[in-house]
Amino acid sequence: MSTRVRWRKVVSHLMLAMTGVCALISVSVLFFILGYLAFHGGSAIHWEFFTKLPAPVGETGGGMANAIVGSAKLLALASLIGVPIGFFGGVYLAEFSGSRTAFVVRYSADLLNGVPSIVIGIFAYTILVLPFRHYSTLAGSFALALLMIPTTLRSTEDFLRSVPRSLREGAMALGASRWKTIISVVAPAAYRGILTAILLALARVAGETAPLLFTALGNRFWSPGWNQPTASLPVMIYQYALAPYEDWHEQAWAAGLVLLGLILVVNVIARGVLARGMAVPRS
Amino acid sequence: MKRIGMFLALVVLGGGVLGAADNPVLINGAGATFPYPIYSKWFDEYHKKFAHAQINYQSVGSGAGIRQITEGTVDFGASDGPMSDEQLKAYLDKHNSPILHFPTVLGAVVPTYNISGVKASLNFTPEALAGIFLGKVTKWNDPLIGSANPGISLPSEDIVVIHRSDGSGTTYIWTDYLSKVSEEWKTRVGKGTSVNWPAGLGGKGNEGVAALVKQTPGAVGYVELIYAASNNISYGAVKNAAGVFVKADLASVSEAAAGAAKDMPEDFRVSVTNAPGKRAYPISSFTWMLIPSKFDDAAKRDAIKGFMKWALTDGQSYAEALSYAKLPKSVVDKELKALAKVQ
Amino acid sequence: MAVTATTVHGASPKAGSRTFLAKLRDGDEVARLITFLFAMFVVLIVVFLVFELWRQSALPRHKFGLAFLVSSVWDPVFDRFGALPFIYGTLVTSALALFLAVPLGIGSAIFLAELAPPRVSDMLQFLIELLAAVPSVIYGMLGIFILVPLMRQYIAPALKATLGFLPLFQGPAYGVGLLTAGIVLATMIVPYIISVSREILLSVPRDQREAALALGATRWESTWKVVVPYARAGILGSVFLALARALGETMAVTMVIGSTPVISSSLLSPGDSIASVIASQFTEATGDLYLQSLVELGLVLFLLTFILNGFARLLIVLTSQRGSGLENA
Repeated sequence: MSTRVRWRKVVSHLMLAMTGVCALISVSVLFFILGYLAFHGGSAIHWEFFTKLPAPVGETGGGMANAIVGSAKLLALASLIGVPIGFFGGVYLAEFSGSRTAFVVRYSADLLNGVPSIVIGIFAYTILVLPFRHYSTLAGSFALALLMIPTTLRSTEDFLRSVPRSLREGAMALGASRWKTIISVVAPAAYRGILTAILLALARVAGETAPLLFTALGNRFWSPGWNQPTASLPVMIYQYALAPYEDWHEQAWAAGLVLLGLILVVNVIARGVLARGMAVPRS
Repeated sequence: MKRIGMFLALVVLGGGVLGAADNPVLINGAGATFPYPIYSKWFDEYHKKFAHAQINYQSVGSGAGIRQITEGTVDFGASDGPMSDEQLKAYLDKHNSPILHFPTVLGAVVPTYNISGVKASLNFTPEALAGIFLGKVTKWNDPLIGSANPGISLPSEDIVVIHRSDGSGTTYIWTDYLSKVSEEWKTRVGKGTSVNWPAGLGGKGNEGVAALVKQTPGAVGYVELIYAASNNISYGAVKNAAGVFVKADLASVSEAAAGAAKDMPEDFRVSVTNAPGKRAYPISSFTWMLIPSKFDDAAKRDAIKGFMKWALTDGQSYAEALSYAKLPKSVVDKELKALAKVQ
Repeated sequence: MAVTATTVHGASPKAGSRTFLAKLRDGDEVARLITFLFAMFVVLIVVFLVFELWRQSALPRHKFGLAFLVSSVWDPVFDRFGALPFIYGTLVTSALALFLAVPLGIGSAIFLAELAPPRVSDMLQFLIELLAAVPSVIYGMLGIFILVPLMRQYIAPALKATLGFLPLFQGPAYGVGLLTAGIVLATMIVPYIISVSREILLSVPRDQREAALALGATRWESTWKVVVPYARAGILGSVFLALARALGETMAVTMVIGSTPVISSSLLSPGDSIASVIASQFTEATGDLYLQSLVELGLVLFLLTFILNGFARLLIVLTSQRGSGLENA
């Protein structure tokens, strides 16, 4: 073998090994994050964290019970608003629309997807906080819903489209109307993929902080109903991490661990759901 | 699908009920981080005594407090920089009734620092402080600082200025003081809750500045006294108008307010920085709650008035433990009378 | 009779001959109408959003005009506002993030697409996607507690010692600053580059590689000189997508950039980005001009991401087929 060829082979092995190193670095970041959070947050997680309200500034103790419930409420309402819009919009695109309207809708969804979450926060503030003169869970949920809609809509459309024509035509040949076909045949066939997309969208907005700063504000107490400001895990993490109190830092780690844990669990479940289903394109 | 939908609907309904005590009055306030330690203590204690009143205070900075109360998105605001005439007018134009200032406690803004190897308390002259924050004094061993601290050996470390990144009453107090003692500061930067800082890094809230100072060698920042004390960060003494180096404490802050107490204006807006008095601390200030004079909701109005009465009397006993000075008695009496203006 | 109730799309009798009510009774029309309304809601919201941004930034647009974009003064006391420091901070941190993330991301994607056995590749891809799910505020927290002290005590002094002659690495080592923000951003956008690039590389036809190998190229040469160039447009698209994300990142950047609206040639200097100044100052901007200047900044950011996203999608569409799911990336 000439030296030139040998050199090229060496280079080849070297560069390919480098790509392996790149991949290793990228993946190990994940484990590093998880490990660090578990290490620091693990010691701060105790029963109080889940059950008590925040203590006055400077005093130790207290927990994030209201933030956990607040985040749950925000996400529940956001799903209630965002999922139907995304889902039915996707149904329209996949089943009913002409190509011109489809283009407009898809383009709008893409546009919405690209809007930075802080700008969505500004928007939600101007239409839901200012006119009504208070911060609220509702405003926060609306902002989060806006973040969920684009992915839900595009994924619903994609998964519905991927259902084979033969299924549709079979149903229609049996006399079912369009909408009946969709409800009883097409949607069930695509539901795994759609559910995955919804779960992933939910996991993404669970960690969003910026839009909540202008809409849900924060609350040291329980937040009843939907019209009051509410605490939420991401915002608490932000506030506590920036403060000088060690106790608050610990609580921030604990909250981070809980939040990340929940997000990752939802992600794993969602992708597991998808994998078990039919071979549909991954989003 | 159906079950998920029903579950979600249940959650929505349940969420409406969750957390509700029997008809609590829910009040939301936002504003200064300066008095946050004592406000959070007060609201907590008041809630324990009167469980129906739930006062949620968000420490987002005086600028936000002023803005939010003007927009009407919160029920009361809090600020250590009194509202300017334009801001008062803006509120009046929007709500057709004036906004009222009620001082709650007195506090001090201290120059806090983290210098490698220096644990002692430094003396700062007004010229040194202005020079540092103007970005003209860049090293700790500068003679402007050294001349006031003869016994202490200062390293040649770079000075890292830390200021507020958010709209802050603490900034207002600090820049108000600097504007009084430095002509250059007054014309170049001015005073306000948010200024165009010639030098330094921004931290969010008193908490953020304290955190940054604590973590950054060579840093100097300005925070409310309790934030420096409770976080074990060194803070220095400042030369007052009488030429004496005074370190902030309850006595020196109270003395700064003593003169103002005698001539307290009707609207309680007064600056006590650089006050006369031999032992007065020059960077002291009142902090105010901004309360609308007209409430649409009678329950909220009564709850707030009830809270203020408590805060001005029983509540004052919590102040000193948290390094805030109590209000002078004459001011308290005046305020209790002024509470009648809240309709 | 059930047969006539079937409306196969496009095969219905003359639409004009049926009354609206008759159409409504037909379940399909109702379904179409309802789903149409939902779809239109999306369009309307977007229009409304842009409209609100435009309307709520009227004051500074009239007062400063285009000068807003090039003025570097941000002075709330004297009511003078300019976007340049924030545009600078946004662009610099994003450029830095790309500089770090693109080699790492493409390298990883090459490994995942070309070298790793399919099961390993899928598994690693799964883990990378989990990385993309980590919220910004957690990156921010890790940035404050781990990266900032590291930066201040080790990395920045080391950079100053070795490369300090460059204006890029001068000035005190604060720990927070443009470089720190850039590193945190790089970690956050790497997963996007990897995911999309991997898909694109996987979609390059086998015969390209095989032809190269048959001509005597090494594995690496076939990858780098044949496969990657073939996928070049799509990879570039993924880079633009990652860039668009980086521009809008708020929380992590706010927590480590130093919140100081200055323009400095040094990467060690603190700075500010559009998203983070909005997050810091929006709820407290006293005065309409101040507030609306922040909204105008939001509009600028929106336009930047809009343009970049447009490029990205164009490039990705150019190299992929419909239905491989890449448009959703």
